[in-house]
Amino acid sequence: MLVFIIRRLLGMFAVLIAVSILVFIIFILIPGGDPAERMAGKNPTQQNIINIREKWGFNRPFYIQYLRMMQKAGTGLIPGRHGQYDVLRSFQNRTDVVDQIVRGIPITFSLAIGAAVIWLFFGILVGFIAAVTAGRWSDRLITTLALIGISMPVFFLGIVVRYYLTEKPAHALFPDGGYYPLTKDPIQWAYHLILPWLVLAILFIGFYARVLRSNMLDVMNEDYVRTARAKGLGPKIVMQRHVLRNSLIPIVTLFGLDFAAVIGGAAILTETVFELHGVGWYAAQSVGDLDLPPIMGVTLYGAFFIVLFSAVIDIIYAYLDPRIRPT
Amino acid sequence: MAETLLEVKDLKVRFATEDGIVRAVDGVSFELERGQVLGIVGESGSGKSVTAMTLLGLTRDRNTEFEGQVVYKGRDLLALPESGLRDVRGNEIAMIFQDPMTSLNPVYRVGDQIVEAILTHESVSKRDARRRAIELLRQVGIPQPEQRVYDYPHQFSGGMRQRAMIAMALSCNPDILIADEPTTALDVTIQAQILELIDRLKDDFDSAVILITHDLGVVAEVANEIIVMYAGRVVERGKKRDVFYDPQMPYTWGLLGSIPRLDRPKPEKLHSIKGMPPSLINLPRGCKFRPRCPHAFNRCDEEPELKSNVPESSHLDRCWLTVDDKRRLRETTIAGESRVA
Repeated sequence: MLVFIIRRLLGMFAVLIAVSILVFIIFILIPGGDPAERMAGKNPTQQNIINIREKWGFNRPFYIQYLRMMQKAGTGLIPGRHGQYDVLRSFQNRTDVVDQIVRGIPITFSLAIGAAVIWLFFGILVGFIAAVTAGRWSDRLITTLALIGISMPVFFLGIVVRYYLTEKPAHALFPDGGYYPLTKDPIQWAYHLILPWLVLAILFIGFYARVLRSNMLDVMNEDYVRTARAKGLGPKIVMQRHVLRNSLIPIVTLFGLDFAAVIGGAAILTETVFELHGVGWYAAQSVGDLDLPPIMGVTLYGAFFIVLFSAVIDIIYAYLDPRIRPT
Repeated sequence: MAETLLEVKDLKVRFATEDGIVRAVDGVSFELERGQVLGIVGESGSGKSVTAMTLLGLTRDRNTEFEGQVVYKGRDLLALPESGLRDVRGNEIAMIFQDPMTSLNPVYRVGDQIVEAILTHESVSKRDARRRAIELLRQVGIPQPEQRVYDYPHQFSGGMRQRAMIAMALSCNPDILIADEPTTALDVTIQAQILELIDRLKDDFDSAVILITHDLGVVAEVANEIIVMYAGRVVERGKKRDVFYDPQMPYTWGLLGSIPRLDRPKPEKLHSIKGMPPSLINLPRGCKFRPRCPHAFNRCDEEPELKSNVPESSHLDRCWLTVDDKRRLRETTIAGESRVA
């Protein structure tokens, strides 16, 4: 176990370095990426731009710039007071990137955890029903709805939901966007988040239900399910203990990666449509401004969760499937 | 006379598929007595597994139709509702399957799967059930059963898994054990051990065994009575001696001829039955074996009944040839026999 954790930590470190280098290289290559010109404002003098380059170190070799940026990012993670130049700051408005991400975390986590509970619960429920009634009308209905859910883009569904449920009616049932802190009032918190949760979850529900359905249909044909029936077990127990249990193993992989992505700020569209100023929203803003430091920060933050959760999945996997347990 | 445990009367099983109706079993009858080992032999697709699974209602489905009767202790299992049948499954009639590698659920401990079978049918404590599981594992020859009961299936070898399956099948002391090709997926040395085990445990548990196989060598070892199936029908049935030493059906000759033998001069080529088993959707007219039978003649256009043609009344077959013709003709099929005789 200790060896596993150490190996994973080293792997995580390597992944984060690779990701950061990749982001940096992309930024060097894209047109309009020169931060000095952007920071100098409208109609700058040439001297102005040179001064900014000098001050921010944009005239130094790229590898130095990269190392300097990583150093700043590292310093930013250490708590305490920081000076103007020793932490990762936005080129655009000089705000502390780590600070901004930390501010977005409660919102993103609230969105991700709530939506994950909904999509996992309904995904499994709907997939289970579809598999048990495979071929009948309920299965066909679920399949159709699932396909609609999967193909419904959040930027469309989210805006439609927001318009018809919060903006158009005279007495709206739901509040119109925004985030209400959990610590202030949990009921208001959930009330404000219910629409974003549902909109984000719908895509996953359809997808998970489809995956679970086909897994279960495969497992139902396994010999050990026949054995279970030949033992005299009732259909409910056969389904739960022998079919569902074994079919959930691949779902765990899916869920781990999807959940890590959403925690890592991948719910950009949902956060933007519902004006939730979480990490995803911050990423969207920064990309719009071609602002490298926040993009770098958010990318590393997201990559961290992806790597972390894939390690957690491996541990859960070993628990679920004894065949891959180290002996 | 021993107690008759099971009586199958004119069993028919039909599956509705997209291509048409598959007549998987078409009029099978037999009886099973306590202490008896009945071997059911036939090629793949002859309906032997479907017959066995139907006895336990495992083929029940919206697209399946049944006819006939399966009488077990005065009850017709075919007419029993699913819930009533569950009390029979694993409890009074148990079954083991062909591939022990896939017949146990990989995510549960072997012991827990045996315990699950016990707890399904008996109200004993979990501890007592586990104690019994250990005892059963010991009886089927698993070394150190106190430890191995906590192992997962992947920690068992193929032979051990089949032993564990047998332990599970015997856990509720069933009257009948159905073994569907129990040795097909195992090494030859293990095959003999498993057969011996089944034969011994049958006496210990005072049950009857239905042994399904395509391998005549397997039935030769343990069966008392043999049923040869072809295209969903019984084509020959009799005591083991009679079927092996005086086979009446050209299909049985083919099966016997296809076994390599050490006690006879080596034939140039191992005998094989020409052609393929017929499609169960579009069965040939008359005798179902006619298209592949080297001895077919015009009368074979009509399907012969299953009846006794030899003095031994228990020996039945479906063939129009006279007994004398058969005894003469079969020498050529079961290669080498003439030279020894």
